[in-house]
Amino acid sequence: MSIEVTNVTKKYGDFYALDDVSVSLPTGQLTALLGPSGGGKSTLLRIIAGLDTADSGSVAIEGTNATKLPPQKRNVGFVFQHYAVFKHMTVAKNVAFGLEIRKTPKAEVKRRVGELLELVHLSQFADRLPSQLSGGQRQRMALARALAVEPSVLLLDEPFGALDAKVRKELREWLRRLHDEVHVTTVFVTHDQEEAMEVADEIVVINQGRVEQVGSPDQLYDEPANDFVMGFLGEVTRLGPVRLRPHDIEVATTPGRAGTFPGTVTRLLRVGFEVRLQVELEDVSRDGRSATSSTTGVGAAPVSVVLPRSHARSLDLELGSRVWLTAAVGAVTVPAMVPAVVAV
Amino acid sequence: MATATVGATARPTSPRRRAGARTTLTAGSSLGLGIAVTWFSLLVLIPLTAIVATSAGRGWSGYVDTLANPQTMAAIQLTVGQSLLVTVINIVMGTVIAWVLVRDRFWGRAVLDVIIDIPFALPTIVAGLVLLGLYGNGSPIGLDWAYTERAVLLALAFVTLPFIVRTVQPVLEELDHDVEEAAASLGAKRLTIFRRIILPSLAPAIAAGAALSFARAIAEYGSLVLLSGNKPFSTEVVSVRVLSFIENGSTESAAAVASLMLAVALFVIVVLDVVQRRVSRRG
Repeated sequence: MSIEVTNVTKKYGDFYALDDVSVSLPTGQLTALLGPSGGGKSTLLRIIAGLDTADSGSVAIEGTNATKLPPQKRNVGFVFQHYAVFKHMTVAKNVAFGLEIRKTPKAEVKRRVGELLELVHLSQFADRLPSQLSGGQRQRMALARALAVEPSVLLLDEPFGALDAKVRKELREWLRRLHDEVHVTTVFVTHDQEEAMEVADEIVVINQGRVEQVGSPDQLYDEPANDFVMGFLGEVTRLGPVRLRPHDIEVATTPGRAGTFPGTVTRLLRVGFEVRLQVELEDVSRDGRSATSSTTGVGAAPVSVVLPRSHARSLDLELGSRVWLTAAVGAVTVPAMVPAVVAV
Repeated sequence: MATATVGATARPTSPRRRAGARTTLTAGSSLGLGIAVTWFSLLVLIPLTAIVATSAGRGWSGYVDTLANPQTMAAIQLTVGQSLLVTVINIVMGTVIAWVLVRDRFWGRAVLDVIIDIPFALPTIVAGLVLLGLYGNGSPIGLDWAYTERAVLLALAFVTLPFIVRTVQPVLEELDHDVEEAAASLGAKRLTIFRRIILPSLAPAIAAGAALSFARAIAEYGSLVLLSGNKPFSTEVVSVRVLSFIENGSTESAAAVASLMLAVALFVIVVLDVVQRRVSRRG
């Protein structure tokens, strides 16, 4: 294990930023710390880097206890959301900074900087100042700067958060490819579940200072540990007693087997290849089921359903159509009555 | 950089047009530039030229005679020397005080922040009186520095204290903390971070404050009158010397000394600017 975080707690006044958090992050992997803003994920990353100190608990990096080490001695590369460039130095100087601090011979520095700029595709910008670069280029430079000192772990704090959507997507793929080349243990913080699912080998979901679940993107999506994880990783709707993904609901235009929920289509929206429905459920007592509102969801928000356009067309759906809804076989569901998170 | 001087004169009325070449002048900004230059000329350029012209009134030999006078020479040496010294002290102390005010949290910080401006607000003669009370004859702490060279330094340090504090403080407040953290995680020690990351950002502000502080120091009169005693060859500064020239009806001599001080001031400001550019590019 490359990074071992054990029982770390961090409080700001009465607010628990991290509440007894333990995670171990394996060597050579790309791990995402995923969670809503203010959930504690950035604090955890900063504690690993030594930029913040934990109130209690310990951090070990590559087997050495780093809890009391200053950031200078942790051999950690850190990339900030807003680039944190040294704006009075050229791109090459920025990248060389860590090497110069380590008194590396000049020729060696020059060679390394050349290599790294090649790696992040900034060779032709070596003599420019950071202010002459775009946001994406600055972040790539920051990454090269962090990699220059050959850190044992690379930490990225919302690295693409300040970039526009298109550049963010490009850099995401680029980061994945870079990681496959360099193989340094990497941890990045994000609040974007799509980004985490696309890039990471492993995702740690953090909410309200606690780890909700750790697993591969597939595990998290298919077997969410609780309501929160399920809700955070994708859209969720409620059908009767359970919560499930809108695309895991089957729609029929005739009453079929028992346990279906009749309703009326109140909204129908085509987005690209898919059709999004809102279905207002009816009272289902004549279906033979108990019709207390707590189990049927009558009176609650309408059910969202997503289905392929071709399927919607074959069912001949339109506004006001009567439909019967069933949870698809094998759908991921969690009971709707469980509170999303245990209150702190 | 060739257009920097043009930009500087135009800045009060048309800040947009700073780095631009002559070709960027529109009708509106031409008018602005015209007004700025006229105003600047009336206030600064023409009077300065007049001083230089007056000083030439007695010819080159008169000019040299005035400046070669030992008493005048001593006054110039004292003023320039003490002003340079006080500027160096201010560069260090002003930066330290600004640092403490911005980075540290302690009881009384807000009060200190206000008190820093007192030397600005105080009439200079009162400043002299205040210092005389503590460092003069019968000093409660036993430091009788009145009528010595030290008194000159003290008075100059007192009146110029706020300049660098007030120019550095806002820049320090705006500095991005991420940058220092990035340097730290790359292995830089605190001193290295200060020298290579923070100082280059502060250099322009320090240079601007130092220029102000030096200019104020060579021009100081009020606070020195009481404290220094104006003893020829020992504590007489240039402004006092100029005044006595004028009182004796020797306007040409006064103008000659004034024009030399003008040259010194220009030289120091240019040197500060060069040093500042060096430091802020280094890293």
